Amino acid sequence: MPVLQSRNLYKDFGAVEVLKDINLSIEAGEFLVLVGPSGCGKSTLLNIVAGLETASAGDILIDGQIVNDVAPKDRDIAMVFQSYALYPTMTVEKNITFGMRVRNVPRREREEALQRVAKLLHIEHLLRRKPSQLSGGQRQRVAMGRALVRRPKLFLFDEPLSNLDAKLRAQMRGEIKQLHKRLGATIVYVTHDQTEAMSLATRIAVMSDGKIVQLGAPQDLYDRPNSIFVADFIGSPAMNFISGRIQARDAKPVFVADHDGAPLALPVDHYDFGGDFGGGVEGDLRDGQELILGIRPEYVTSGAANHHGAVSVDFELVPSLMETNGFDQHIVFEFCGAELVGRFSSKESVEVGRPHRVHLDLSEISLFHAESKVRL
Amino acid sequence: MTSGQADTRAGLMRSTPLRSAPLRRAGRPWTATLLRGLLFLILGLFVLYFTLPLFVMIVTSLKSLEEIRQGSLLGLPQEIELTSWATAWGSACIGVSCHGLRPYFWNSILLVVPAVVISTAIGAINGYALSKWRFPGSDVIFGLMLFGCFVPFQVILLPMAITLGKIGMAGSVSGLILVHVVYGIGFTTLFFRNYYVAVPDELVKAAKIDGAGFLAIFTQIFLPLSIPVMVVTVIWQFTNIWNDFLFGVSFSQGGSQPITVALNNIVNSTTGVKEYNVDMAAAIIAALPTLLVYVVAGKYFIRGLTAGSVKG
Repeated sequence: MPVLQSRNLYKDFGAVEVLKDINLSIEAGEFLVLVGPSGCGKSTLLNIVAGLETASAGDILIDGQIVNDVAPKDRDIAMVFQSYALYPTMTVEKNITFGMRVRNVPRREREEALQRVAKLLHIEHLLRRKPSQLSGGQRQRVAMGRALVRRPKLFLFDEPLSNLDAKLRAQMRGEIKQLHKRLGATIVYVTHDQTEAMSLATRIAVMSDGKIVQLGAPQDLYDRPNSIFVADFIGSPAMNFISGRIQARDAKPVFVADHDGAPLALPVDHYDFGGDFGGGVEGDLRDGQELILGIRPEYVTSGAANHHGAVSVDFELVPSLMETNGFDQHIVFEFCGAELVGRFSSKESVEVGRPHRVHLDLSEISLFHAESKVRL
Repeated sequence: MTSGQADTRAGLMRSTPLRSAPLRRAGRPWTATLLRGLLFLILGLFVLYFTLPLFVMIVTSLKSLEEIRQGSLLGLPQEIELTSWATAWGSACIGVSCHGLRPYFWNSILLVVPAVVISTAIGAINGYALSKWRFPGSDVIFGLMLFGCFVPFQVILLPMAITLGKIGMAGSVSGLILVHVVYGIGFTTLFFRNYYVAVPDELVKAAKIDGAGFLAIFTQIFLPLSIPVMVVTVIWQFTNIWNDFLFGVSFSQGGSQPITVALNNIVNSTTGVKEYNVDMAAAIIAALPTLLVYVVAGKYFIRGLTAGSVKG
């Protein structure tokens, strides 16, 4: 039985619809990340799951029970907030045990739970301190301790790492992942950072405009984004998009774009059109229909290196910008009227303005309808 | 040439005020010194203007009646006499009874302490509810309370007198307490609400999930945070209620009058020779508690502000 379910969930604030028909189901042990740009409704959804806000329509089920009218404290959940929300006048120890004290848990049991969590999070030496005497990372740990101490059915994380600096964020990300593995906890995690989503989630729900636009395993979302929105949102640097049209040549589909005023054909007959394209251009697809081809930067590499086996093309292109980051370099080219970003080895010597041979590996491309922005 | 000038100006702007001060003084020493001198002169005059009445009061209260009659207003006493203080405190006549200010001092304490405590407590819980547990119409209610702050004392005298009479509290200390509590709630609510608005909502959310309810969150999380605003409110309420004359003279009678009313009666009801030294001593005694509150609580106020532990 799923730990958490949401059925046909709607939420509006007056005339503004914040959530539209959200359906989710989360099994025990899953780590679901809700990701999307700010204002997409992900935090509202989390608050409704927690019971801090009420839905306009639809149901929330925890362990198969409808909990729409159940108070947050009786939902057997714990939540970690972006601002940590530590009680400022209480010591770390009091912060962690506050929930148990309010619920009249016996002293001995409280003490045991506190020690267990303090050891787990390495905060034993901080128990007597006040939140104002802690660093950002330590506060983050205490906030997690407060959630972990009660062993709830479901953990809710609301952008818990966005107040930390980059290095600490990466470290805490690793620790959260480890905790999830060790405790087998069921987690719903909200973030706007796709890197965080990719590295933590067992499943990702990408949200936009109050809707879940794609739900799936991180790698699936990366390889087969179902819309330009998801393709653009997941992955950094973002996927390259080339506008063009589909045409049949010798009963095989090719993608034709205009580069430097001349048509340029890219072979796409290996692409899984899912019945849209059978032998000739037919089905939903008209000959000459406008499409957008998406290719990730790691498939745009230097033509100087050896490649084999893949469906690929090579071009002479002029780099217009380069960005080095030690491990590799991101090179921006002008291609078919748009920017094309490639990931080159940092060993490769590239000069802005001097033509370079670029290799496009087309084996992992995505094709989208130009009008509906949906994947073929 | 022009670029050099621009550089210098940019450099001046970037430097700290401390560092630029000597530069400016070196440039125009005369005007700077003159202005500085003028500033101190004006400040000194203001100090004199504000402390002179207090000085006269203290000096007069220490003189004998004989000396007051002969001497100048500003002269120091030839001989320090504390008898006028003793008289003001213990034996000055108010009407027919001659027990000084002492009984009325206790009246005021008995009035002010409950009135301050009750109005502060209600203000705290109002402010908490109106900022963290909003409900439809809560902003309207807050607006009306804010409006209450601007209603002058005189306006509510008659309706309040009628109300007190109807509920049988006319002329009693508890009635006067009620008047001050009702009148003070607008202010105390305003103070607490504005303070609590700045406390992050996530604290309430976290506590709700932890299992705490309305009152537990208030007493265990919000009250411990409230020391600075509580001190501000207490100073405000204490000063206002202690210094109040109008409500006191309107809604109390006989032996239950507050000290301000008694002071007025001492000053106005002397027969024969006017005892200025007793009047001055009595006025100082009546003003002492508010001074004390400022001196004692002011320190906690600063301490409370600097502790500033609300930020997560």
